Amino acid sequence: MKILVFAEQRNGKLKSSAKEALTAAAKLSGGNASDVAALLIGSNVESLASELAGYGADTVYVADKPELENYHCLNYTAVLAEAVKAFSADALVGGASPMGKDLFPRLAARLDAGIVTDVTELTADGNNLSAQKPMYAGKVISKISVKGDGLKIASIRPNVFAAEQTGQGSAAVSKLDVALTESRIKTKEIRKGVSEKADLTEAAVIISGGRSLGSAEKFSVLNDCADVIGATVGASRAAVDAGYAPHHMQVGQTGKTVSPNLYIACGISGAIQHMAGMRTSKIIVAINTDPEAPIFNIADYGIVADLFEAVPIMTEKFKELL
Amino acid sequence: MKILVIIKKTPDTEAKIKISSDGSSLELAQTKSIINPYDEYAIEEALQIKAKQSDCEVVIVSFGDESVKELLIKGLAMGGDRGLLIDSKGLENADSLAIAKVLSAAVKAEAPDIVFAGRHAIDDDNMHVATMVAELLEWPHVNVISKLEVDGQTATVERAIEGGQVEVYEVGLPAVFGADKALNQPRYASLPGIMKAKKKPLDIKTAEDFGVGSASSKVSVTSFAYPPEKPAGKVFKGEDVGTMVEKVVKLLREEAKVI
Repeated sequence: MKILVFAEQRNGKLKSSAKEALTAAAKLSGGNASDVAALLIGSNVESLASELAGYGADTVYVADKPELENYHCLNYTAVLAEAVKAFSADALVGGASPMGKDLFPRLAARLDAGIVTDVTELTADGNNLSAQKPMYAGKVISKISVKGDGLKIASIRPNVFAAEQTGQGSAAVSKLDVALTESRIKTKEIRKGVSEKADLTEAAVIISGGRSLGSAEKFSVLNDCADVIGATVGASRAAVDAGYAPHHMQVGQTGKTVSPNLYIACGISGAIQHMAGMRTSKIIVAINTDPEAPIFNIADYGIVADLFEAVPIMTEKFKELL
Repeated sequence: MKILVIIKKTPDTEAKIKISSDGSSLELAQTKSIINPYDEYAIEEALQIKAKQSDCEVVIVSFGDESVKELLIKGLAMGGDRGLLIDSKGLENADSLAIAKVLSAAVKAEAPDIVFAGRHAIDDDNMHVATMVAELLEWPHVNVISKLEVDGQTATVERAIEGGQVEVYEVGLPAVFGADKALNQPRYASLPGIMKAKKKPLDIKTAEDFGVGSASSKVSVTSFAYPPEKPAGKVFKGEDVGTMVEKVVKLLREEAKVI
């Protein structure tokens, strides 16, 4: 099976999910290095090719031009379609990031491909793909089969697959010159975010607050701790609905589904729709005054206490360690 | 102007999802259903645009079984003008691309200026269909939008991406947009709205009516399982807060090795 990996970069930096996807692809190919290629799209991104080689890409296709600096759904789809053709790929693998989730369905419709999104397990079964993916924000895990002729597309959930360096030194770079056509959609501007921290969906550590935070200002107690451990701050739906946090911080079924290494839930009782969105976190810490709060049922470590008392102490203890 | 809103029936966010004993299917008959929460933002945005236009029709469309009718009526009660149910009979196992093919044929027949949908449906968690509809029609799309302004046949839209960054696009219509929660605050249907909705037109059609015969699916769900139960964790209570925190931090460092 020949697998093309979409190696997503933003601002000249490779996404960790690109490296994770390469490792997943190497496993799918059964260790057959010549069956794995990567694709870089952007402006001045060719230098990232050697980094991709280190994760097992034998060939790196590079589409490098100023018009490709920013993500554009039509231009990026055109490049992907061209790369699939150039490599005669049987499968395409990439990260289930905001870009990947926007791009791959478009490509699937263009190439009449079977697609599975946000998978947590991925194996090849002859020329078919078998995957596992959470549905209903993680209340259910489904097994999915992608069969038939033509391309098969899988996007992998960030932070779930390991990225393993193979020690390979270099990759053959193959430049793709794709003719881009005029379209009705143009990027006017990309506004910088308020924080440079990792997005919740990709964060390795998350500290989240619930309604008991009481106000937007009081999230500072979580921000202080987050700064010490390099965490991204999240919020429950109750906190977002109360106006304490913007929606992009919401974790849960109508927010973001997350899988960090460490999730610290502060003052969150554990509504089913919240727990669905974070239960695949590797380690869960819960801090809540109510010992009966459902969040304690899925916590690895729990502290029955007031978060305003416990979190500042925790921040200090982390400072001592780090 | 004509606006088409695609909605989907999903289980309520608070609902537990029951799996059949052999793991082959989900038992959703007793589960409370709602309009996919993000689709309500899509309906609301269409209605807000309608309020600013002198002549604007809002059509609410869904692909599903007979039970979806009541959700379409709810959309009409919010203020939609017309409902269209595309009966999924015989296509129950259609994958997202097969469904997008049916819906794109319906969109083509309706020829709206804007198609709205929710950013993704909270059942399959795929984020596929609206984007595929756009591609099949060769229209642009912007998904996960948090702001939209329409000026004639041009829309300016904002899409939130990672790290709180925002992509701002200028899009010539027709186009497909996927609504995020930050876009607006959906209205509740008023009592007069509910009364009126019952008299609004609601057509039921089939995929064949739009010229789509059999839809072949490449993607299928072969089984379902509950996520693995976690073993009981270590919960500390009744001690001095400082002591409890110290214990947990030590465990995070030495046992879990995540700090």
